Amino acid sequence: MSDHKHHIMPLKVYVSVFACLLVLTVVTVWVSLFDFGKLNMWIAMFVASIKAGLVAMYFMQLKYDNRLYLYILLAGFAFLALLLGVTVFDISTRVMQSSTL
Amino acid sequence: MAHDSQVSYLKYGNQTGLWSWLTTLDHKKIGIMYFISIFIFFFIGGMFALLMRLELLHPEPLFSADQYNQMMTYHGAIMTFMVIIPGVPAFLGNFLLPLMIGAKDVAFPRVNLMSWYCLMIGAAISFATIFFGGVDTGWTFYTPYSLETSGNTIMMVLGAFVMGFSSILTGVNFIVTIHRLRAPGMGFFQMPLMVWALYSTAIIQVVATPVLAITLLLLALEKVFGVGIFDPKLGGDPVLFQHYFWFYSHPAVYIMILPSMGIISELITTFSRKIIFGYRAIVYSTFGIASVSFFVWGHHMFVSGQSYWTGWIFSLLTMLVGVPTAIKAFNWVATMYRGSISFKAPMLFAFGYLFLFSIGGITGIYLAVIPIDVHFHDTYFVVAHFHYVMVGGTLLALTGGLYYWFPKMFGKICSELGSQISFFLIFVGFNVTFFPQFVLGHMGMPRRYHTYLPEFETLNIISTVGSWMIASGFFVTLGVVIYALLKGPKSGDNPWGGTTLEWKTSSPPPHENFETIPTVTGGPYEYGS
Amino acid sequence: MSMAVDHLNGEALHHFPDAHTEFEASKLGIWLFLCTEILMFGGLFVAYFIFHGLYPEAFVEGAKYTDWKLGAANTVVLLFSSLTIALAVHFLQKDNIKAAAVNLAITFGCAALFMLIKGIEYSHKIHEGLLPGRWFSHAKEAQELPTYFAIYFTTTGIHGLHVLIGMALIIWVFIRTIRGGFNSRYYTAVEGVALYWHLVDLVWIFLFPLLYLV
Repeated sequence: MSDHKHHIMPLKVYVSVFACLLVLTVVTVWVSLFDFGKLNMWIAMFVASIKAGLVAMYFMQLKYDNRLYLYILLAGFAFLALLLGVTVFDISTRVMQSSTL
Repeated sequence: MAHDSQVSYLKYGNQTGLWSWLTTLDHKKIGIMYFISIFIFFFIGGMFALLMRLELLHPEPLFSADQYNQMMTYHGAIMTFMVIIPGVPAFLGNFLLPLMIGAKDVAFPRVNLMSWYCLMIGAAISFATIFFGGVDTGWTFYTPYSLETSGNTIMMVLGAFVMGFSSILTGVNFIVTIHRLRAPGMGFFQMPLMVWALYSTAIIQVVATPVLAITLLLLALEKVFGVGIFDPKLGGDPVLFQHYFWFYSHPAVYIMILPSMGIISELITTFSRKIIFGYRAIVYSTFGIASVSFFVWGHHMFVSGQSYWTGWIFSLLTMLVGVPTAIKAFNWVATMYRGSISFKAPMLFAFGYLFLFSIGGITGIYLAVIPIDVHFHDTYFVVAHFHYVMVGGTLLALTGGLYYWFPKMFGKICSELGSQISFFLIFVGFNVTFFPQFVLGHMGMPRRYHTYLPEFETLNIISTVGSWMIASGFFVTLGVVIYALLKGPKSGDNPWGGTTLEWKTSSPPPHENFETIPTVTGGPYEYGS
Repeated sequence: MSMAVDHLNGEALHHFPDAHTEFEASKLGIWLFLCTEILMFGGLFVAYFIFHGLYPEAFVEGAKYTDWKLGAANTVVLLFSSLTIALAVHFLQKDNIKAAAVNLAITFGCAALFMLIKGIEYSHKIHEGLLPGRWFSHAKEAQELPTYFAIYFTTTGIHGLHVLIGMALIIWVFIRTIRGGFNSRYYTAVEGVALYWHLVDLVWIFLFPLLYLV
C-alpha cells in the first residue's frame, strides 16, 4: 500500500559529504603536527566529532529520519560521558597518602 | 479461520511437543519457558543459600572457608543473573506486554527466542564452572583477587557475558514493541503502569548492560594477558574495576525492582477495585528512579579508596532516589483508601511488598550516609538491606504476580488456601531470616565469612530457622502451581475483575492474543462505581 | 514455522499492522543496538582516557610505534566504504539493483583492505614483541608501555572483530541483493547492515587520532 515517505538523499550530497570527510581527515593529521599541550586530545576529539556528526547526519540519515533515533544516539554518548566524567573526576581528586613507615 | 483463533495458544496448531516449545516464536510460550527455567535456577540458588545458612547455624564450621566462598559466589551469581534480573521482565513481561498493549506479539519474535537461548547457554556455562575449578570471588568479581584466584573466573564471566545479551535483547524488543505496536487509541498515557515499568526497565537494560559486557571482557583479558588495567602490580587501578562494575550493577538493581513496582500497581488497583491514584505521578517517578539510578553507583564504593569528593556526590544523589520511590508508595496507599479491598492471595503479597520494600528502601537511605556506611559496609546490615528489597520486594511481587496472572496463562486458578499459606510462610520466614541480620550487622558481624564470633550465635540460629520457613513457603508455591496445572478448577476469563487489556481476551488467550485487535477508548483502570 | 511473506510487494510480517510499521520497528531496533555498541566501545575509550591521563609518557612513546600513514590510509578506506554502503541503500531506494550490488561489493573490498592493512600492522608489532601486558618483550623507556599496547590491541582488536562481523553481514545482504531479494519497497536488512557499518566507521574515526596521532 503506501510506501514509507522516505527521504531519498541525492547522490551529490553523499559525494560532497565524503569530500568533506576527506578534507577533515587531512585536517586531523595536520593539526596533530602542532603541540597544543593539554589541548591536543581535545582538539583531535573535536575534529573527530565533526566527522562523526557528518557520518551520522548524512550517511546514517539522522537529519531526515524520526528524531527518536538521534536521541538514542545522543543518549549513548551522554551516558558514556557520565562514566568517563565520574571516573576521571574520581582519579584526579584522590589524595595520595604516602606511607608513614 | 475464525474458529482457529479461539484455540488456546497452548494447543495452537496441535503442537504440544517439546520441540514445538523450543522452537516457538510465541511470546506467551517463551514467557512460560522463562518461568520454568527461572524457577529451576531459583531453587538451585536457594539450595546454595540453605547450605550457607546451615554453615552459619553455629560458629563451628561445617565446610571449609574455600567451600563457603564458592557457595556464596554461586548463590549470588545465580540469583542475580539468572533469577532476579530476568525474573519479572522475561517471564511476566514477555507473556503480558503484547496482551496489555493490544498487540499480537513482540516486535522481534525470533530475537525473543534467541534471548531465552542466551540465558540458557550463559547459565550452562556458569554452572559448568562448578566442575571446572569453581569460583570463589563473590558475584562481584572484585580485582585483584579475581585475577589471582585459581578459580575459573574467566568461564564464569563468559557465562555472565552471554546472559547479558539475553537482557539487552529483551530490552530492545520491549522498547520497540511499546513504541510501534500499541493498539489504535492507546497513547503512551493510556498504557497500564506495568507497561511503563517494563519500558523504563528496558531502557536501563539497553544502556547499562553493555558496560558490564566490556567490564567482564576486560577482566578476562586482564587475567589472560596481564594487561595492567585493574591489577595494581602492573600499574592498573582496582577501584576502576569497581567503577566499571557498579556503573552497570547499580542500575541493574533497578532492573530488578522497577518491574516489580509495575506488578504492585496492577495488583493494588485490581484488588481495591479503584482507579490508581496519581497515574502520571507514578509514571514520572518511574522514570525518575530509572534516571537517578545511573548517578549513584559509587555508593557501593564509599570505603574502596575512591576520592572523598566522589563519595560526597554519590551520597547526595543516592538520597535523592528515595523521593520518587516514596511518591509511588504514597500513591499505592492512596489508591487503597476508600477502595473496595479484597484480601486474595495476590493482594496479600502486595501488602507484604509495601511493608518489606519500605524497610529495605529506608535502610538503603541509611547506607547512603557515608559515616554510617563506613560502619555497615561489608556487614550483615547490607545483606539484610538488599534481601529486603530483592526478596521482600521483587520476589514477593513476582510470586503475587504469578498467582494473579496464572489464570490468564493457563486458564486455571491456584488454590486460594494454598496460596495464602505460601504467603504466610514466605512473609514470616523472610522476616525471621533477615531482620536479625540488621542487628547482626549493627553488632559488627562481617559478610562473606564462613564463621563468626560466639556472641552472634543466637541471632544466626534464628536466621537459619527462618531460611527453612522461606524454603517451605516456596515449596508450597511449587505444590500449589503443579496441583493447579494438573487438577485445578478452570478460572474463567477474568476471575479477578481486572480492567486492563489482557483481561479482555480469553484465558488462556488464543495464539494471536485477540480475535480482533481492540481499539482503546479510555484509560487502563476504569472501574465502574 | 513461518509462512513466506511477500515483502517485495508491500506485505508485512503477521504481527505488524503494515510494512511501514515493520520497517520503522526494525530501524528502531537497530538504533537501540547501536546505542549498546556505543556504550560497549565507550568503555574501552574510558580505559584509554584514564590511562593516557595516568601515564602520558607511555602513550607518547607508544604512538611512535604506530605508523600514521597506515592509520590514515585505513581511515580513508573506511570512510570510502561508508560512502559506498550508503550508496548501495540509495540505489535500492531507486530500484537500481545492479548499482546497489556493485556498491556492496566495493564496501566488502574496502573492509578486506582495512583488515589487510591492520594485519600488516599487527604482524610487525608481534614480530617486534610489542605486545600487551606481561607478553611485552621490547625495549622501553616508559615503565607502563605494555599498558599502552594492551589498550592498543584491545581497542583495535575488538574493532577488527566488528569489521569481520560486518564483512559477513555485507556478504549476506549482497547475496540476497543479487538474488532479487530487495527492491525500493523492501530493503530493511541492507539499511540495518549499513547502519551497523557506519558505526564501525564512527568508532575508527575516534580511534585513529587517539592511537596514531596524539
